[in-house]
Amino acid sequence: MTLEQIIFLIIAVVILLASLFVVTAPKMIHAALWLILALAGVAVIFVLLQAPFFAVVQVIVYIGAIAVLFIFAVMLTRKAMQDTGSQLNRYSILAAVICIMIFGALTGMLLSWGGSATLLESGALPADSIADLGVALTDPNGFLLPFEVASILLLAALIGAIYIGRDRSSGEGEQ
Amino acid sequence: MDFLTDPVTFISQWVQQLLINLGIPEITAAQILPGVGAVILPLLAMLWVIFLIWYERKIIGRLQDRPGPNRVGPFGLFQPFADMAKIFTKEHITPTGADKVPYNLAPILAVGGVLGMWAVVPFSATVFGIDINVGALYIIAVGSIGTLGIIFAGYASNNKYAMLGAFRVVAQLISYEIPMVLALLVPVLLSRSMGMNSIVQAQPVWFLVVAPLPALLFFISSIAEVGRSPFDLAEAESEIVAGFNIEYSGLKFGMFFVGEFLHAFTNALIFTALFLGGWQGPGAEQYPILGFVYFILKTLVVHFLGIAIRGSMPRFRIDQVMQLNWKIFTPIALLSLCSAALVEKLAAGAGDLVRISLHVAANLVIFGVVILVGTKSLKERNARLDDLAASHRSAIHLVLGTPHDA
Amino acid sequence: MIPLSWYLILAAAMVCIGLFGVIARRNAIAMLLSVELILNAVNINLLAFWRYVDVVHAAGQVFVVMVITAAAAEVAVGLAIIIAVYRKQKTIVTDDVSDLKG
Repeated sequence: MTLEQIIFLIIAVVILLASLFVVTAPKMIHAALWLILALAGVAVIFVLLQAPFFAVVQVIVYIGAIAVLFIFAVMLTRKAMQDTGSQLNRYSILAAVICIMIFGALTGMLLSWGGSATLLESGALPADSIADLGVALTDPNGFLLPFEVASILLLAALIGAIYIGRDRSSGEGEQ
Repeated sequence: MDFLTDPVTFISQWVQQLLINLGIPEITAAQILPGVGAVILPLLAMLWVIFLIWYERKIIGRLQDRPGPNRVGPFGLFQPFADMAKIFTKEHITPTGADKVPYNLAPILAVGGVLGMWAVVPFSATVFGIDINVGALYIIAVGSIGTLGIIFAGYASNNKYAMLGAFRVVAQLISYEIPMVLALLVPVLLSRSMGMNSIVQAQPVWFLVVAPLPALLFFISSIAEVGRSPFDLAEAESEIVAGFNIEYSGLKFGMFFVGEFLHAFTNALIFTALFLGGWQGPGAEQYPILGFVYFILKTLVVHFLGIAIRGSMPRFRIDQVMQLNWKIFTPIALLSLCSAALVEKLAAGAGDLVRISLHVAANLVIFGVVILVGTKSLKERNARLDDLAASHRSAIHLVLGTPHDA
Repeated sequence: MIPLSWYLILAAAMVCIGLFGVIARRNAIAMLLSVELILNAVNINLLAFWRYVDVVHAAGQVFVVMVITAAAAEVAVGLAIIIAVYRKQKTIVTDDVSDLKG
């Protein structure tokens, strides 16, 4: 076992445990906090994949913005969930069975697929993969159109969120 | 490598040689050294805070026409040690109903987020924690961990004032991250790199000269990011007692305190690296130690500016803070980023002088437009307010009858 | 050296946990949290394939950018809807929000 593998296994265990707590934690705020841990673990996985740009973006976007939004939303709506007992609905056992079956099927398929044992040949990483990404995103023959569409999507989501979330009675903004 | 010109590299090479001579394989020795550095750098930062606290209190004191700390040691230099002794011996109180883990994690995150920034600061041509190629973004990412610490504190304290303080400060921090990132992109654009050291190396002419407007925006936004006066709504004593850290006592409160002081200084460090040429100066390439001296001197000047602002400005209201950000800073930052990109493209073939003067001209034009639009809308607003006041007066007259002098 | 399959299995496990959360949680915010888990698993997969199979082209990275964008938009709109529903109905339990039921 190399150092890399040990780090991967530790992080994987952390991510999976945190994810399990996200879906089972009785208090919503704790679920949001566990999500932060899981997302931080994913950032470490990105570092292991030699994509430091995405590790940093993961921290900025997910932990710095999305997780904070979740915590806000949980705090704003926490009165609604204080009294209730179970956080899971009546399909929970069925859901668990289905999910375990899907996981089994996926793992079986992955292990039987020949390409899954691919190892990394060293030194294959291009000198500046971030520059490559930037060029690809702004190249008309590359991904310029999806990039622009994504930015319009963000703008639409921004306006939509403000419009939906606005409290009409007092006319104050919420998000 | 001479000891006098570049002591840190000299010592690290000497230690590495020592480890190899002790029989440790070369690869392991190369792995141990960064680990040692990773311990020493935060320790130095934390020791430096002791000086910073004295420096800031002294300056604030002089600004307010009082001597500042002057009892313990020469010029009150040992005052922070006395404060430390007090804070260490205080009782740790955990409020009932507090969520223990986030409650105790919050101060750690608040300090850790700031210390993490020191990893990418280029102190001199040869001395930096690590020169990753996403350094500029990394600073923003690590900064957002501090925000998380504040949310944890606000939520876990089980106190409505703490919660209100946390809500305020998080709204403020997330908002001001936007102009800060946009302003930070301008040096990245000009130097064509996100690595902090290559940004410094790209500044024979300081970016403060090339891009004065983004520099100003970055400076003000970074004050807001620390949450110091005039943006210290998070701990507005007159409104919400003490803000998110109200329930913390002793060392845990001390950590928030240290985190704030260190964050202010770290922002000065980053501003210096991004806009004031970092360690650049005469002779800095040959003698890295000189570069370090330049860097710290420039940083202390920037830090002094921040303290002077803190000591002389009244606090904004929360709606003013948000308006300043969304109606003024974000549009200006967007405009100046666009203009920087445009000028870079247009002046791609031209000489440095033409390019820089074009940049400055673009900045001046944006500044002029902002001033024009600003004064116009201010006049309109004042006229509207006058109308409103006049109509109120006449309404009062209707009810109470005309005053005698009318 | 880490084989590709490790990343894929980790992502598969994350997707399944997230799926369980989406199906079984009663709270709408918890469902959104679970969706985030699923999207992150997708990102792990995309970056793993980019790194192991097709490192010369940036396509894998571009798709990660798209997924992050979509996730941000989804959270913003999703939370806005949840808060609007909470204001109207004082509940965010998805089973109770059944005004349109015939």
